[in-house]
Amino acid sequence: MRRRNPEPTAAPEASTVARWFERALSRSIPPMCGVAALIGVWALIAQFTRYLPGPANTFLSALHVFAHPFYINGPNDQGIGWNLLASLTRVGKGFGLAAAVGIPLGFLLGRFALLNRAIAPVISLLRPVSPLAWLPIGLAIFQRADPAAMFCIFICSIWPMIINTALGVASVPQDYLNVARVLRLSEWKIFTRILLPACIPYVLSGAKLALGIAWLVIVASEMLTGGVGIGFWLWDEWNNLNMEHILIAIGVIGLVGLLLEHGMTLIADRFDYRKQ
Amino acid sequence: MSAFLEIDQVTIAFNTRNGVYVAVRDADLEIDEGEFVSIIGHSGCGKSTLLNLVAGLVKPSAGGAILSGREITGPGPDRAVVFQNHSLLPWLSVYDNVHLAVEQVFGARESKTKLVARTLAAVELVGLLHATHKRPHEISGGMKQRVGIARALAMEPKVLLLDEPFGALDALTRANLQDSLMEIQTQLRCTVLMVTHDVDEAVLLSDRVVMMTNGPAATVGRILPITLPRPRDRLALAEDHAFHHARAEILRFLHDGALHRATAVA
Repeated sequence: MRRRNPEPTAAPEASTVARWFERALSRSIPPMCGVAALIGVWALIAQFTRYLPGPANTFLSALHVFAHPFYINGPNDQGIGWNLLASLTRVGKGFGLAAAVGIPLGFLLGRFALLNRAIAPVISLLRPVSPLAWLPIGLAIFQRADPAAMFCIFICSIWPMIINTALGVASVPQDYLNVARVLRLSEWKIFTRILLPACIPYVLSGAKLALGIAWLVIVASEMLTGGVGIGFWLWDEWNNLNMEHILIAIGVIGLVGLLLEHGMTLIADRFDYRKQ
Repeated sequence: MSAFLEIDQVTIAFNTRNGVYVAVRDADLEIDEGEFVSIIGHSGCGKSTLLNLVAGLVKPSAGGAILSGREITGPGPDRAVVFQNHSLLPWLSVYDNVHLAVEQVFGARESKTKLVARTLAAVELVGLLHATHKRPHEISGGMKQRVGIARALAMEPKVLLLDEPFGALDALTRANLQDSLMEIQTQLRCTVLMVTHDVDEAVLLSDRVVMMTNGPAATVGRILPITLPRPRDRLALAEDHAFHHARAEILRFLHDGALHRATAVA
């Protein structure tokens, strides 16, 4: 039996480092293979397509674009940094407004069944509508492109917040509410001490969904409205037939979407009582 | 002179999808102040329903319940409930779970320091001062149930309602908590109504054991006084004739009920 621990002092340390290295490799190799495969397929397609630039050309062009992200040459020619910031600001405003309206509304719907029965059909009717269908309505109401785009973001990101919050409230265990009844907690205390903490995971997963949709929609609505924004930039580069820049825009949009989702996950975990 | 807690000709029916389901019919029960009464019966016999009636969580279809001269119309902190699955709020620490109840019951009349003292006293009573700042998921099932008891006792209820409080615990933990509960009850002389399906538990803890007939339309079948002297010691009782006799009486009642049901089904 002794043979199992030949060198009790030195061996474990060496093996921990080796194991750590092994685990890091086994975790990072598959994703790197995936990305490499994507670039490979891209390069292959670019070989046989006349106007699609390959990875190497796109990379060189990206170096150039990212060298000066914050230049301004008139309203329609600004650095990618400004465009990105403009898009993020719009998403932030529309999303924030949707949260400010949608989350309280969701709480009301979850708490009062009668209200839920009244509003649920309206939500079911409006939710499947493509967010861009609302753009003309926004343009008609606000007469300007910027608030119209925000209106689109607002409309599309409000549904998941309402629905998830209401679901969260409705699925608070009856036991907790019985405790509230025995203690005769006021409606306000029920809200702050029981409903709110119990629902935060639902609310934040709704917000995460909403932010994802908002980021999808902003690019499309900026293509239609113009001005400054990553979506507009992409469309503008199509008009310039600068395919490298379009590919860069796609990469940037994907990366920012990924970061947004990751950030929301971090926030959600931070406030989830189950993960503290 | 009427009893401290009086359940009078109570019928409880629920509207279900398959029509009206009568859970309890014409149940009568009187409990004196400071008495420990257990309700025992087969599962589905409406014993928890009867407890929820006293808690005010369920409304009677006929009859009613009166606690110290006042009819029970809804839930309230004078009838604290310890639920089977502890029902602690997972986002609050042990201390905060108990404090929420203390604040709610005494917050309007007492100073902050008094409230803190009440909370700590209740936590100490169940022997959990070392875990005051732990969250429910960080403590064992037995400890959670202790917190549930502390929360209920901290409200200084007129009646302590226990709904199969130890049902989900392993045998050793259960024995441990039963002993603690006996000690606390001797110390505080509180009135306790407990629902259980454990015959030994009922005999060990109770002054009287109420046996329910099988549902639907269950009612009080028989009431057995347990005259064993207190304090009771589970080891000594293991060889006590009166203890075994009481146990046998209850088992016989439950067994006969099961037989009746079997023949009714056949």
